[in-house]
Amino acid sequence: MARKTWNITKRDAAAALHTSFPIMATFIALGVGYGILMEKHGFGPLWSSLSGIVIFSGTVQFVSVSLFAGGSPVMAAVTAFIVAARHIFFSISMIDRYRSEGRQKWYLYYALCDETYAMLSRDSVPPGVNRSAYRLLVTLFNQTSWVAGSFLGGWLGALLNFNSTGIDFAMTALFTTVFIQQWIDSRSHIPAVLGLTATLVCRILFGRDLFLIPAMIIIIGTLTVMRGQIESDGGFGND
Amino acid sequence: MTDYRHALIIILVMGIVTLATRILPVLIFGRGEKIPDYIVYLGKVVPYTAMGLLIVYCLKDVSLIEAPHAAPEFIALFVVSGTYLWKRNTIFSVVIGTVAYMLLAQLVF
Repeated sequence: MARKTWNITKRDAAAALHTSFPIMATFIALGVGYGILMEKHGFGPLWSSLSGIVIFSGTVQFVSVSLFAGGSPVMAAVTAFIVAARHIFFSISMIDRYRSEGRQKWYLYYALCDETYAMLSRDSVPPGVNRSAYRLLVTLFNQTSWVAGSFLGGWLGALLNFNSTGIDFAMTALFTTVFIQQWIDSRSHIPAVLGLTATLVCRILFGRDLFLIPAMIIIIGTLTVMRGQIESDGGFGND
Repeated sequence: MTDYRHALIIILVMGIVTLATRILPVLIFGRGEKIPDYIVYLGKVVPYTAMGLLIVYCLKDVSLIEAPHAAPEFIALFVVSGTYLWKRNTIFSVVIGTVAYMLLAQLVF
């Protein structure tokens, strides 16, 4: 099973490249932004690339920058969990598809980001293309362009000498666009409103250093209590 | 100055947690056991709470009480939202919003 995967034909590569291309362009552009941000915080292209290999999640990586100066490891773990929890759902829904992928499935799961999930959960492998090779290459092309983009950004950031005060707003801007897109994509807005208000209230009550954990407890608790209503409203992107 | 050791710990911790969200479900449920509905539900819904949480997190050090009363943040958020609703292009909105914010923070306020 696993052996066949490595017979990658030109046709497989061309098909994977065709699918990945729009994502690769986006990943390079966002990666450049991330690399510049990292560089302005004192972490060059090798750090950005390392983070892209160890973490490989854009949202988690953008937040990680704000934790470099003084964030505790516990806070880092909690934040990463909240941001990355969606991967639980992605991985679960790929279990049946990846069952026959042999050893390469561990790479496919490790590098299963939102965009790769969107591409590969559609099961639209072009005719005549080896499915295993296609899955491997789409995943690999996406991750490689993210890492390459962030390396390039770190390098550019060092070359460009500008006043970088306020560049951290890129994170806020990125999360705001995702927030709006999620709002458009879902019928139930309870989770979106809950995340925003519970965190805001906890920030006011608990101060700037301790609010994340109570916020997360309130969020999970409310989601549990209101499950009936949220599920009957439904309409979440991946339904 | 820059604390590289601390940054490395943060990257490793966040990397392990992120990897766990991708791999643990497969290790636990990969042999065909029934996945509890509650876990599937949380995996589906939590992401929709995460962005609001992150926006507040990013703005945690901004004060509404002290001048300039978060004016650059509000203006830049308005720019990001407006351009995103108009073009639906993430990179476009992030770049415009960030440049707007940097100009406001450096030159105006």
